[in-house]
Parts: sequence; structure tokens; C-alpha cells
Amino acid sequence: MRPPETGAPLRRLEGQLKVTGSARYAVEYALPETAYAWPVPATVARGEVRAVHAADALAMPGALAVLSHENAPRLGPADDPILSVLQDPHVPHRGWYVALAVAETLEVARAMAAALQIDYAADAHDTVLTSGHPKLYEPEQANGGHPARRESGDFDGAYAASAVRVDATYTMEAEHNHPMEPHASTAHWVDGGLTVYDSNQGSTKVKQALAPLFGLRPEQVTVVAEHVGGGFGSKGTPRPQAVLAAMAARHVGRPVRLALPRAQLAGVVGHRAPTIQRLRIGADRQGRIDALAHEILTHTSTVKEFVEQAATPSRTMYTSPNSRTTHHVAALDVPSPSWMRAPGEAPGMYALESAMDELAVALDIDPIELRVRNDPAVEPDTGKPFSSRHLVECLREGARLFGWADRDPRPRSRREGRQLIGTGVASATYPVLVSPSTAEACTEPGGGYRVRINATDIGTGARTVLAQVAADALGVPVDHVLIDIGCSDLPAAPLAGGSSGTASWGWAVHRACRRLRALVEEAGGDEVPSTTLRAFADTAGEADAASDYARHAFGAHFAEVAVDADTGETRVRRLLGVFAAGHILNSRTGRSQFIGGMVMGLGMALLEGSTMDPVFGDFAERDLASYHVPSCADVPAVEAHWIDEDDRHLNPMGSKGIGEIGIVGTAAAIGNALHHATGVRLRELPMTPDRVLAHLG
Amino acid sequence: MATISKPTVQHRPTSSEVTLRVNGVSHRLTVDHRTTVLDALREHLDHTGPKKGCDHGQCGACTVLVGGRRTNSCLLLAVAADGEEITTVEGLSDGEQPHPVQRAFLDHDGFQCGYCTPGQVCSAIGMLAEAADGHPSHVTPLPGTGSGAPPPGSPVPLTPAEIRERMSGNLCRCGAYPNIVAAIEEVAP
Ligand code: FES
Ligand code: FES
Repeated sequence: MRPPETGAPLRRLEGQLKVTGSARYAVEYALPETAYAWPVPATVARGEVRAVHAADALAMPGALAVLSHENAPRLGPADDPILSVLQDPHVPHRGWYVALAVAETLEVARAMAAALQIDYAADAHDTVLTSGHPKLYEPEQANGGHPARRESGDFDGAYAASAVRVDATYTMEAEHNHPMEPHASTAHWVDGGLTVYDSNQGSTKVKQALAPLFGLRPEQVTVVAEHVGGGFGSKGTPRPQAVLAAMAARHVGRPVRLALPRAQLAGVVGHRAPTIQRLRIGADRQGRIDALAHEILTHTSTVKEFVEQAATPSRTMYTSPNSRTTHHVAALDVPSPSWMRAPGEAPGMYALESAMDELAVALDIDPIELRVRNDPAVEPDTGKPFSSRHLVECLREGARLFGWADRDPRPRSRREGRQLIGTGVASATYPVLVSPSTAEACTEPGGGYRVRINATDIGTGARTVLAQVAADALGVPVDHVLIDIGCSDLPAAPLAGGSSGTASWGWAVHRACRRLRALVEEAGGDEVPSTTLRAFADTAGEADAASDYARHAFGAHFAEVAVDADTGETRVRRLLGVFAAGHILNSRTGRSQFIGGMVMGLGMALLEGSTMDPVFGDFAERDLASYHVPSCADVPAVEAHWIDEDDRHLNPMGSKGIGEIGIVGTAAAIGNALHHATGVRLRELPMTPDRVLAHLG
Repeated sequence: MATISKPTVQHRPTSSEVTLRVNGVSHRLTVDHRTTVLDALREHLDHTGPKKGCDHGQCGACTVLVGGRRTNSCLLLAVAADGEEITTVEGLSDGEQPHPVQRAFLDHDGFQCGYCTPGQVCSAIGMLAEAADGHPSHVTPLPGTGSGAPPPGSPVPLTPAEIRERMSGNLCRCGAYPNIVAAIEEVAP
């Protein structure tokens, strides 16, 4: 029997296109008569546009138009208020778009944008989150539909009675997604219909958003996202560039290209909101946790409520009979926060896993042993059994691979010249999310099969893994399968986000291919059937059915750091992760996903932070020179391993998501290693040299 | 309240003719003086292999080879590149045969979204030549310090640390660095 295609290290189907530069991204489609647009962000943090003086800009040779709330086409209702661009003079935050310059060339559009004179009536603004901020309130829900508050037992009583207590507050600055391809669109109107080549994580959603805005029926809109240069959450929801490009194209009657300038992204594509997290853990002398509270303070904008669900992992991770998990948020005059890789889990597990390390130190128990002692039999918050949970196995396997047993647990016990060396561990978790999808499979006239689904490959390897899933469901080698993704004219599918893409799309692909296989067998099983056979699948009602199980992926992160005792610079020497995330469907691209997440976690730990300037009401680090994402020299040997799980409560492929869990425990593992190296417990991210040095003395 | 006055705009002749030789083919173009080589390639010649990640010389996505040397094409004005020999990622393969560096990126999964990849590939090719020509980097041991310091002017051995250092002008937000380094190690002498 042929080995299954899923699990094999199949190379990316579009790899050749990408390494030769022939893969086309959103503003790389050559359309005749293309014009260029350049957006203009507000330069006040709150207020109103009083006037837009466009005469100088419009006098430039090659100028085509200046759009603002004064003259921009009126849009229909938007589900997401960030898409209602240029509709009214109100400025809810700095960076909000107030105008758009359109010209024959990019150079002229940019010069026009610079030449616009905009008068504002500025109001006082309030942009800095503090722990006692008067605007903090408890929302109904946090992001993802999680209740803002959960309580069980008597936290206060149990905590007061605990033999050992940890009470620590962790703070994190805002972070920016910064995919390498900025948000970009080419919009093109033909016969009243709209085609947009757009950089996004799900073009079915973009199509559904654009149609009502422009008064169109959904079938009049096509959104193409054939290749997407990363998203990390920031392209998960439709973004203003698609609306602006379509507006401009309609206004000037020509195709319009619009790529957002890098330094504008922080204002308009979402960010990971800053958090202030208080963790209190009470345990007995053996380390059994009896009381756990995880309380989040964060910000949102005045445009919409987005609450980083950072306390949710504490509802899943450890035994905690008396627990309290809460979120409070303040609506400030800041850009709207949104999803960034592992929203909730990444910041929440940084805090929880740092606090667990503090508890281990307080108890003088090995941090792995402490986690093992608190591994719950059922999910603490819901009481549901886990569909599979191999956290302990990840920790043990990671310890073996990393050489944890040789560790001297005393802080500051290893020194090499100026370098203080330490190692740390942290757990990771990410929920199993899945959404209904449709897909179609058909036979090809010359033999072989074609699968059609509007999945999006933002770099995950979706195209490749779906071909593998299809091949196994059809019972054929993968090179008999053609796969079409990345266009909203294909069968509707949910977005690449929440580590749910492969599960959601794969489920529908699997169903469609199984049906097609049955049709082919009924028709006599011919390799090249005389007529085209076609099968469709819609997993609504199935993929989104409630489960009796708590379904989560787990993992363990290990880090070794060297801290320069003179400069406070922390360099990561080794990162190792072991994950239990169901069945891994492509070992090559899967490994890359884990490693990529860990690299972003390294950035979160040591480099990435965006300061809110209270005077200007703006993020101070808006470009790649000031906002530091990891570079090649920052990233050492990174190893990803996994325990292949056989979990029958997930989907037909047996997969959990893997796009996000790699980031989740990395920052805590590095912070815990930094404590081991130096004896310093830094409770803020990023752990930059200045912050470390202040404690080294 | 302070008012910030913007400079008044003046209109003068703003374009010139240039010749760019791109992947062996000469192109005579009339370009705006503000046009970068990156925009000339992408917007005038439909060579969209070189990517725009930042337009500020901060990310390396736009890296091409100019006269064989790696260059951030977003920082080079087209009028300043008149007559230059430019090689983009599209010009590296030999017919259907990818360049060995492209092959190694495929073999080691040295990318995910692929947006930084054209820049990484061109940068790697330029970097291999620099090391072969004996250009030291920040992590090259100083001559006379023993421990593997190459004599001045002789090829610098490309250890993983050398590769990481020399490739740090090319950001990859997907975090493919370990695979990129493995790919380059494979083709390094
Ligand atoms: S686009 Fe040239 S360095 Fe970023
Ligand atoms: S592959 Fe996506 S940025 Fe490098």
C-alpha cells in the first residue's frame, strides 16, 4: 500500500514561483492605465478635519484626484467601523486616514499627499494605559467570544490560606504584526463589477465586506489573494486599503494600485494591545495549586471594542480549584487593536508561565516538576475531558532533548567571561479552532483531479497541505491533484487565522474528495472518466458542532540565554520546542511554522515593543528601523520537535492548528532563562538591555 | 497654536531618459527623477520579483545585484543607475534550471510567505561573492588574533555565525532564518 501523503515533507507547490520571483502579490498585476494612490494619515490624536486644501496637490502634473470626507464616494454600512474611511470629519486617533491622493504615478501621488494642507480642530487626547486608568471597565466579552470574567470556588479565601503565594504584575508594550508585504490592493472596476487583488488572510470575508460598502451584490465582487506576504493576524479582517483602492478606482475610472507605506501600518492594521497582567498563585508546600487569579488590564480604541483575551489560558492550563480570570479595558484615543499571532495566549502565557517559574523558585521545586504536579485531569474551567493533552510528554521529551537534567537550578551559577548563562522552560497552549467551509472536487478531462476552495496561503503551506489531504481522501498520489485557492470566485472558505485554516479547509476538502471518489467508483472507477464528475461539500453544522471535549494543542519551550553582565544585552543561544498538536500533515512546512512562531516569540521577548507617546498620542516605533523584528543574527539554532497525536475528536485529518503555538511559550522561557542567568526577575517585555542593566548592579 | 507651513510646490522638468540593463536586456526609459530602481523595475518594467517591504532601506526585500554587488534598490535612484547592469531574482536561473541558491532555498524550505525571498536570494549571492573576495564582517576574527582569522584578502570561511551576520540586512518576518542559514551553508564553499 502507498504511504499516506499527509505527514510527508512535501515541498511547497508554489515554491519555484516564490524563489524565482514569479509569484504575484497584490500590487503586482499589470493592468493597463493603472493609477496610484497614497493615503494621508491624521496628524492629530483626536479631533476633526476642518478643511482639506488640495489646490497645490491637484496642480501637480499627473495629479488625478484628492479624496477626503468632503468628496469621497459615500459607502454603505460597514460591519467593521474601521472600513468606513473618508466618510466624516471625525478623527478618532492619530494615523486614521483623512485623505487619499491619486495620480498617474507613484511619485506624484506621494508628493501630492505631502503637499496636502489639512486643517484640524484638535481635542485633548488620552492614549496611555495605566493600571488605575479611570476609563477601565469590565466588558461582556473578550476577543473570541470568551466571557470577560470566570470565577470558581473561593479565590480570596483559598489564596489567603495558601502556604506559598506568588503575586506578580507583568507588563507588555504594544506590538506590531509587520508582515513583510505591507497591506496592499489593486482595484479594478469592469462593467459595474469590482475586482480587487488584495493582500489578506481570507478573501471570502473581504468580498463580503466590500459588496455592501459599494452597494453591490456579492457576486459582482471578486477578491484575489493568490500569494500573500504574511499577515500574522493583521490581514485577518478586511483592512482599509481594499476600500480606498476601490473608491479611488471608481472615482478616476481606472485601475488603482495602493500599497500602504510601512510607517503608516501601526495606525491602521491593528496591533497587539499593551497589557498589564496581575497573576496570583497560591499553592501548598508540595506545589499543588489551590488558588489562581489572572487579571488583565488592556486598551481598545474609541472606534471599536477589542479586548485581548489574555486570561483565557489560565482557564485551561493548571489545576486551580479556586480561580478568578478577568479582563478590564479602557477605550482610549488609540488605533484599534486587533489580532496578532496567538492573541490572548501569547501575552497571557508569558505572564502565567513567568509566574509559574516564580512559584517554582519560591517552592524550590524543578519548574518542570511543578507543571507536572498541576497537570489537570479535566479542563479546569469547563470540567470537560481533554480530547488529547500531552503537555507532560512535551515537557519530558523537551527536557531530554535539551539536556535539562544537567542544569544547576541556582540562579547566576554559570558564567563565561562577561556572559551570564541561564536556561528556562515554559509551557504553551493554543485552542483548536475550526470553522465551516465549502469545497469542490472534480475530475479533470485528461485524468487527475482538481480541488477548488478559497483558502489563502499566507506562507503556511496551505496550498500544499490541502493537496496532500485531497490526495489521501481520493486515494491517489499527490501529483494527480491540482489545487485552486486564493480567489473569492472559488467555493467560500473561512480565513487563515486562529490556527484554524488547515482544519477548516481540509475538512471540506476531505469531504468533497471522499464524495468524488465514491462517484468515480460508482462510475466504474475509470482513471479518466468520460464525463466530468463533480462533488461539493459544506461542513456547516459539522465543523462548528459543539464538542464534548476540551480541544487544545500543547507544547513546551526551552531556552538558553547569555546575558552580558556589562551591557545587559541578552542573546538567545538555543531555542527548543516540543509540540503536541494532533497529526502534523506536512513535516517540512509544519516545522517551518513552529520555528517561525518561536522566532517571533524571541522578538516578543527581547526586541519588540511599541511605546505610546503621551504628547503626540502616537506609537513611537512605526518603521522597521525603530520597531525591531528579529534579524538573522538574532536567531540562533532553533529546533522544533513534536509528538504526533492520534486524536479522534478533531477532524477527519486529526490535526490541531500549528500556526500560533510556536510563539506562545517562547517569551516566558526566555524570561525564565534570563532569571536563571542573572537572578533578576524582569516583569516587562521586551527585555531590552537598558531594562536588564538597571537590575544587574 | 503653532502653525506648520508647508513649502510651496514648484514645477520644473522632472524626468530624464536612462538606460537600465536588466538581466542582460537593455531598457531605455523616461523616469521621474524621484523614481527608484525598485519602482523602475516594478512599475515601469513589470519586474515584480524585487519586493517593496519598507521603501526605506530597512528590510532588504528589494535587494538586487547592481554590477554584481547587492544593493537595496529602494535606495538607489534610477537616474543614478544609468547604464548599470542590474540582476534581479528573475534573471538568476539558467533556463528552467534554478540557480543553486534558489535550489537550496527550495530544498531547505528557506521561506514561507515568499515575500522576502527574492531579496534573500539576491543578497545571498552577493554575500557569497563578498566572502570569497575576502571582505570581513563584524564577526570575522581579526587578523593576527589566531583562532581561525583568515589572512587579509583571502576568502572568509562562512560559518553559521558569518552567514547570520552577513544576511542580517534581509528581514524575514516569517522567521525562516534557520532554514535560510541551512540553505546558504549548503551552497557556501
Ligand atoms: S524595500 Fe528596500 S530595504 Fe525595504
Ligand atoms: S518568507 Fe515571509 S517574510 Fe520571509
